[in-house]
Amino acid sequence: MFSFELLLDAVVLGLLVGCFYAAVSIGLSVSFGLLDVPHVAHPAFLVLASYGTYILNQHGIDPIIAGLMLMPVLFVFGLFAYRVYYETFERRGGDAGVRGIAFFFGVAFVIEVLIILMFGVDQRSVQALYIGKSMGIGDMRIPLRLLVAFGVALTLTAALALYLARTFTGRAIRAVAQDELALRLMGANPVAVKQWAFGIATAVLGPAGALLIIVAPVDPTLDRAYIGRTFCVVVMAGLGSMSGTLIAGIILGVIESIVLTLYGASWAPAISFAMLLAVLAVRPQGLMGR
Amino acid sequence: MQQAQRGWIFWAVAALFVGAAAVATFSIKNEYPFFAGYLILQFMVLATAWNILGGYAGYVNFGTSAFFGLGVYTAVFLFKATGAPLLVQIAVAAAVGALLGFLVGLLTLRMRGIFFSIATIALTIIIETFIINWKFVGGATGMPMIRPPAMPPFDSYIKMLFVNGAVMVVIAVALARFIQGSWIGRGLRALRDDELAAACSGVPTLKLKLLACVISGALMCAAGAPNAMYLSFADPASAFNLNYSVSALAMALIGGTGHWIGPVLGALLLSSTQQLLTVTISSEVNVLVLGLMLVLFVVAAPDGILGLFRRVRARFTGDAGGRV
Repeated sequence: MFSFELLLDAVVLGLLVGCFYAAVSIGLSVSFGLLDVPHVAHPAFLVLASYGTYILNQHGIDPIIAGLMLMPVLFVFGLFAYRVYYETFERRGGDAGVRGIAFFFGVAFVIEVLIILMFGVDQRSVQALYIGKSMGIGDMRIPLRLLVAFGVALTLTAALALYLARTFTGRAIRAVAQDELALRLMGANPVAVKQWAFGIATAVLGPAGALLIIVAPVDPTLDRAYIGRTFCVVVMAGLGSMSGTLIAGIILGVIESIVLTLYGASWAPAISFAMLLAVLAVRPQGLMGR
Repeated sequence: MQQAQRGWIFWAVAALFVGAAAVATFSIKNEYPFFAGYLILQFMVLATAWNILGGYAGYVNFGTSAFFGLGVYTAVFLFKATGAPLLVQIAVAAAVGALLGFLVGLLTLRMRGIFFSIATIALTIIIETFIINWKFVGGATGMPMIRPPAMPPFDSYIKMLFVNGAVMVVIAVALARFIQGSWIGRGLRALRDDELAAACSGVPTLKLKLLACVISGALMCAAGAPNAMYLSFADPASAFNLNYSVSALAMALIGGTGHWIGPVLGALLLSSTQQLLTVTISSEVNVLVLGLMLVLFVVAAPDGILGLFRRVRARFTGDAGGRV
């Protein structure tokens, strides 16, 4: 029943899916990892971006291009969302933490229900040339859509990592994560930097959402499974580490894939959550903790 | 003196409440009011239980559905294995809930804020996955439950559940009220505002957090136990539905977390609105209303209905009001 080939299959698939997990988590790595925003609604935003891709795809636009087209809209949406969060919670202080978490939880629920009301509970998928075909390498058959997702995911993660490391605003974002007060003393406005960063974190969800609907059909309650996956990746990575996000995504993907092969799909939802609990209990600072 | 008098009034109202529920079951023939009313009572227990940890101690628990679902499945298991009666099911569920609460309490050792909240969601999904893979209690497809005949003096099972629910509300609220007024509540509030400062001042923070988690968990699990019989069916997807988590949290926050009456008011208001919406429009819209109300309240009225009430009273009497 169990063989070396099966394990190899599982590892290769896990590697591809793992990069995809990193791509859907990278926005959270910025918003939660660097900015400390308790962004429980991140997976809901992600699913929303998938539905945006779906609408554009209905008009014959390739899903990846559709994802890129969504970026400006999502960016503005992110600026707005952070403004609301900042004005109502961070600035008031006190026990705002409790209500901030409840706020994003509520927002996630509202988005979920709005999607159900607009699209129904059925699964939706997109059409493109590379969906439904597969490529053979030796005895192994790899779905082409996973390869495409793998490529886009790597590009996206690398682009964001470069942006944070090389550009002026990118460095400002990392600076605000390290020491907000110092930034203020240098005459910069930390809130404006954070708002910009949250906009970037939301904009990245455009291509990420496109990947989500390319890899598998999407339904309105999919965000619940991705709460576990995205937070698992971001916490395992060490908050805010981009290279860590990629490594953590791959670890999650490979472990999930192996467990699926060995024990069957009914255990799938628990794996990421169990890993998240384990990481929190054993090494809360993550792999590449700051 | 005034304290003692207030206690007397509280118990009189509680007795009146249970008495009225019992009288109603004997005088009203139609089962539907009890069927709908039971849900309101259930959410009063859940919101009150949530508030003990979330409101007093400031630990946001997203795992209400984990406790609730575990309660449902404790009852299912006991009923299938031994045919235990309802009260035994509830008692065992409360014990199981207390145990899970203790484990969650241990989590608070290392996790706070959002990390604790995410960990409780994780717990929900992990327990649900175990139940899905447990064939004895029906697995993913669920299991029909055949209600045994109601115990006398009740003429129907739903009415019995309704009175039972009323008693559970009284127990939950009495516990919350006791905690709020005692050194436990003061300690919890202290650690909510500043855990380190509280620990330094000699507040036994871990002991208090464990106690809050155990009581809150036991109540949530006990609230779940009768649900299998109520629906005559149990399946993991609905028993562990995250809607329970968001409902309990929303009701407590909308009512007001500072006082035990807050969650009761919130549950009464929200779940009766939900009942109306479910009957008249659709069940999706009621979840939407719940989410929108939650967002609206945490943004615009941070202290919930109680806070609004206090503000209005302060305007009319001209005094600052102060915290109740």
